[in-house]
Amino acid sequence: MGGFTLTHFLYLLQATGWTVVLTLLAFVLGCLAGFLVMLARTAQVRWVRGLSGLYVDVVQGTPLLIVLFLIYFGLALFGFELPAIVAAALSLMIYCSAFLGEIWRGCVQSVPRTQTEASECLGLSRWQTLRDVVLPQAMRIATPPTVGFLVQVLKNTSLASVVGFVELTRASQVINNSLFQPFLVFGIAGLLYFALCYPLSRLSRALERKLNGGRRQPA
Amino acid sequence: MAAAVSLRDVHKRFGEVEVLKGVSFEVAPGEVVAIIGRSGSGKSTALRCVNRLETIQSGEIELCGRRVDDPALDLRALRRDVGMVFQSYNLFPHLTVAENITLAPRRVRRTPPAEARRIAEEVLTRVGLSDKIDAYPEQLSGGQQQRVAIARSLAMEPKVMLFDEVTSALDPHLTGEVLKVMETLAKGGMTMLVVTHEMAFARRVADRVIFMHTGKVWETGPGSMLADPQTPELKEFLANGL
Repeated sequence: MGGFTLTHFLYLLQATGWTVVLTLLAFVLGCLAGFLVMLARTAQVRWVRGLSGLYVDVVQGTPLLIVLFLIYFGLALFGFELPAIVAAALSLMIYCSAFLGEIWRGCVQSVPRTQTEASECLGLSRWQTLRDVVLPQAMRIATPPTVGFLVQVLKNTSLASVVGFVELTRASQVINNSLFQPFLVFGIAGLLYFALCYPLSRLSRALERKLNGGRRQPA
Repeated sequence: MAAAVSLRDVHKRFGEVEVLKGVSFEVAPGEVVAIIGRSGSGKSTALRCVNRLETIQSGEIELCGRRVDDPALDLRALRRDVGMVFQSYNLFPHLTVAENITLAPRRVRRTPPAEARRIAEEVLTRVGLSDKIDAYPEQLSGGQQQRVAIARSLAMEPKVMLFDEVTSALDPHLTGEVLKVMETLAKGGMTMLVVTHEMAFARRVADRVIFMHTGKVWETGPGSMLADPQTPELKEFLANGL
């Protein structure tokens, strides 16, 4: 058993890079899917709303780890042997889409109904109304909670370690297995997570303050 | 001449509550009609049925020769003919005055930006706010916001304009500046259907006044009818309102 060396630290940094890659992958894919979920949740057709509501409930009511197992091990039974990063990204995308879709639905619906009425009275289509009137206002409200949620995604990428994807948590395990210095190794991993999450949390809070202090819409 | 707006035996229910119980009236082209009545008399609902912000259960509504109650109606075509101004202004808070006004011409009519800007300048001049073209709604007083809302509607050159208690959120001073703009519009020949609590405005500017009560047209006549109410209900309404 040797001591913790620079090589170990560089290994952790490299793994941190993979954590960031997985986070971005999950977040970008999750935003795209979440946008569709938001559209479906605010659709005029009742069964589209119902079906997407069921999707959100099921995903929000299932541990992310179970989703990951289903995709990584479950799909393998049917011959879809996905690489660990793909399985992890897909699972996180599903997770993000349900939560972001629901956060954004709330933001879209918090834009007063009268804004939509005014827009439609001017002859704008439903889509134009959404794009030019509702979304710009909803986006201002949505930014702080969305950035805040990014912190959750980043931390949840650690679950990908259980399917063997070498991100920060998995890399710490690997090092600790040879060094057996859990406080040191996991402590450093924790600090690296914190170094990534803290700026995001601060950004989210700053955005919220800016939103509350900024322009308000008339009643 | 065919009516610009006509309602025939219109019934409207919200759940169990029937708010319009067989409403019929017409508005001729160029005519200014004021609808008065208590809160809950159905006057705002009647107005909202005219441009199909609400759908009706039975009866017929026609606007500029188009059947509004037709389920297959082209809503966007309808709304090119009819403008609406609301009690709460409903300007888009994230857009400047110019952008509020030019949004519909650019999106709906594909008017080029420079031309749209010129239209914005023109309609703002008509409501006396040409110096506010680059302001945001929150920088304007309530009366100014409402005048911008009128200008925004005018930019689409509607044939008929609906006003839904547009001065109810304003103090008397600001009310005056909005009513003046509406009076100018009326003199310019605009067809207007105005739900209002401003009796003086109804008497002076409206060609005809409709008094609604409990979901029905109770009494109708020229503005002078307000000085000589025929029904006890209108008499009581005017006594309490003035």
